[in-house]
Amino acid sequence: MKRIQVGPFNRVEGDLEIGLDIDAGRVVAARVNSPLFRGFEQILVGRDPADALAVVPRICGICSVAQSAAAASALAALAGVTPPPNGQLASRLVLATENLADHLTHFHLFFMPDFARAAYAGRHWHDDVARRFTAQHGSAVAPWLQARARFFNLTGFLAGRWPHTLALQPGGSSKAMTAAERIRILALLREFRAFLEGRLFADSLEAFAGLAAFDELQAWAATRDGDFALFLRAAGDLGLERCGRAADRFLSYGAYELFPAGLWQADTGAQPLDMTRIAEDVSHSWLYGDTPLPPAQGETRVDADKAEAYTWCKAPRYGGQVVETGALSRQLVAGHPLLRDLVARHGGSVTARIVARMLEVAQVVPAMENWLRAIEPGEPFCLPAPLPDSGQAVGLVEAARGGLGHWLSVKRGRIERYQIIAPTTWNFSPRDAAGTPGALEQALVGLPAGDDAPPTVQHVVRSFDPCMVCTVH
Amino acid sequence: MKVLWLQSGGCGGCTQSLLCHEPRPLFDELRDAGIDFVWHPALSEASGEEALAVLEDCAAGRREFDVLCVEGAMLRGPNGTGKFHLMAGSGRPLTEWVQRLAEQAKWVFAIGSCTAWGGFSASTPGNPLEACGLQYDTDTPGGLLGKGFISRGGLPVVNIAGCPTHPGWVVDTLEKLAIDGLRTSDLDEIGRPLLYAEQLVHHGCPRNEFYEFKASAEKHSDLGCLMENLGCKGTQAHADCNTRAWNGAGSCLKGGYACIACTEPGFESPGHAFQETPKLAGIPVGLPVDMPKAWFVALAALSKSATPKRVRDNAVVDHTVVRPGVKKGGK
Repeated sequence: MKRIQVGPFNRVEGDLEIGLDIDAGRVVAARVNSPLFRGFEQILVGRDPADALAVVPRICGICSVAQSAAAASALAALAGVTPPPNGQLASRLVLATENLADHLTHFHLFFMPDFARAAYAGRHWHDDVARRFTAQHGSAVAPWLQARARFFNLTGFLAGRWPHTLALQPGGSSKAMTAAERIRILALLREFRAFLEGRLFADSLEAFAGLAAFDELQAWAATRDGDFALFLRAAGDLGLERCGRAADRFLSYGAYELFPAGLWQADTGAQPLDMTRIAEDVSHSWLYGDTPLPPAQGETRVDADKAEAYTWCKAPRYGGQVVETGALSRQLVAGHPLLRDLVARHGGSVTARIVARMLEVAQVVPAMENWLRAIEPGEPFCLPAPLPDSGQAVGLVEAARGGLGHWLSVKRGRIERYQIIAPTTWNFSPRDAAGTPGALEQALVGLPAGDDAPPTVQHVVRSFDPCMVCTVH
Repeated sequence: MKVLWLQSGGCGGCTQSLLCHEPRPLFDELRDAGIDFVWHPALSEASGEEALAVLEDCAAGRREFDVLCVEGAMLRGPNGTGKFHLMAGSGRPLTEWVQRLAEQAKWVFAIGSCTAWGGFSASTPGNPLEACGLQYDTDTPGGLLGKGFISRGGLPVVNIAGCPTHPGWVVDTLEKLAIDGLRTSDLDEIGRPLLYAEQLVHHGCPRNEFYEFKASAEKHSDLGCLMENLGCKGTQAHADCNTRAWNGAGSCLKGGYACIACTEPGFESPGHAFQETPKLAGIPVGLPVDMPKAWFVALAALSKSATPKRVRDNAVVDHTVVRPGVKKGGK
């Protein structure tokens, strides 16, 4: 057996190192190290609670709005305020813009370039993939960057800019959309739909979102020339629907009133969430602590020389168990028949995670069109939200990469405690005190690795679309 | 011109912002200007050993490159070890990589305020991460590379400050360097390129009529000027945010919230709540740059007394309730 350290594991957000124990060309154990510590939970303590709105977006440059939304939601709960309908719709549009752009940036810039690697030369799809997806130079890259920049013009109208906006407030949105802007934003959404239907899917969003079984998806992929069908053909050839199974417990906090909250497992179906069952273990993190703590009582104190530790990431567990979060979890909890079928056959996988993101794109763009039509310029976008001197609150949102929670405690007008569990903290958690590996650590076991192995490990790691800077907030 | 990019104690948002470049897609824009990446952690194919080999060749002087772009604060902790960020796969502190590579680079760019000044940690009491910028500790020269650092190309660190940076600030500075070269006269007193830092955020502010009449917003989403009550520092912050659109049509002010002066050292801990204006005797403590206080007070009182009803009424609501008058018969 040999042990190797793989890093810098690039084309993820932030820095990542993976330790692999390899025997006979297969991974027998994996350890995921988030090698960068950010310290935001310390940086927030002692500040004015409303300052969280300026601080938390800067945890992450790719999930910036999700962090804003979680903080705004926690502060709204603290203030006991519900934003007016326009404010809710505007904030939701901004969050959806970020989430969908993240899914597609992941697909085009982070995930697909591995299929263009020389290691796959000779596969029937390789020339086509290399032409379209070679890092920076592929023919699909520039059209995506163009579409992405134009799509983010929504945030120019609705949030001033992206990333790092202060538009999402506890009382709603600081930007009141005008009737003229609403027309221009609808045009931007049409432009984005045209990119998706012309280039990515080569089909209508509704037709793609209506695929209800894995066989239907494969038949669809065989006849389309879009960029996504090309991935499906490569994934089918490589058997990626059988690669990267983790714990097969899927958690979602729910999003947009389209995706409900819950925990889904094949044997129990979707169960309601019990937030009191969440606790963070730090037995293998460079942090002090003996027992798992619920986030409302959580601590983040550095213990850099801890012997058994190997990462800055904590190990959140739900009822003591490892769960996975992300677009796949959202689809499974919501009950999409295609993903339920795919996971019933093979469990969670690279293919299931990527398909779930694309389904979400196909479902949410039409929803965004509806939200925009429901906005009534002239009606209020924001209510006052004066904060009490003391109290506790929780803000839960679905970021692109999964469930994001902020647990906030305020005392005498200052932040007393601010604990964050980010999506990749769930997915890339280390072992817990019982020695149970985290979701990715489980997903890597059994994969080919070492000299001359295909880049399967790369696909599985990136299938989670990790955000390491959030992980180690 | 070859660019090598590293990330450390930051959020990656400057790269994400850079990818929003308009009107042309980023890679097309840079390629046609003769600029390409030797390696970029978010964008290059090379991973693991392959990537480390590229970095090692550059650091050892075996592979030439022109610009070292660093994104994120330099984390020296805990206790000076740099362990808060050991570059994956290398086991060495990222600060060490930056020091080695900065010696070989012709020019060193600090991408974003974290890299320039040290970021949130450096502005938090006790500096829990022992963070600093490349050539500054918040507003004091020094930082990782030291006050006297001059790159091979003859410049101190170029501080493309902002949180995040506008894609145009990075691309235009790279292109300026590629086309004309960069001189110290192209930078302001703290190393920021004048191509964006010779303006104030206030210039071109769409709320300027409200500013002129001191017709102030009172709450979030109001249309009025954000300086008097809601913490806006646009009249003090150096950047061209209101003449160079963000994401096609935006700016913080257009988004309805205050400029928090994210291009300035120490913006992360302003000494007051970000979205509230600190005042003494009813007068904002932070006055517009270059404006004598007595004049400001006198002019503010005068303009308040002269505020048209339209401007006064519209300032405290979220949509126009009084339209500009229309002259009858076009006269």
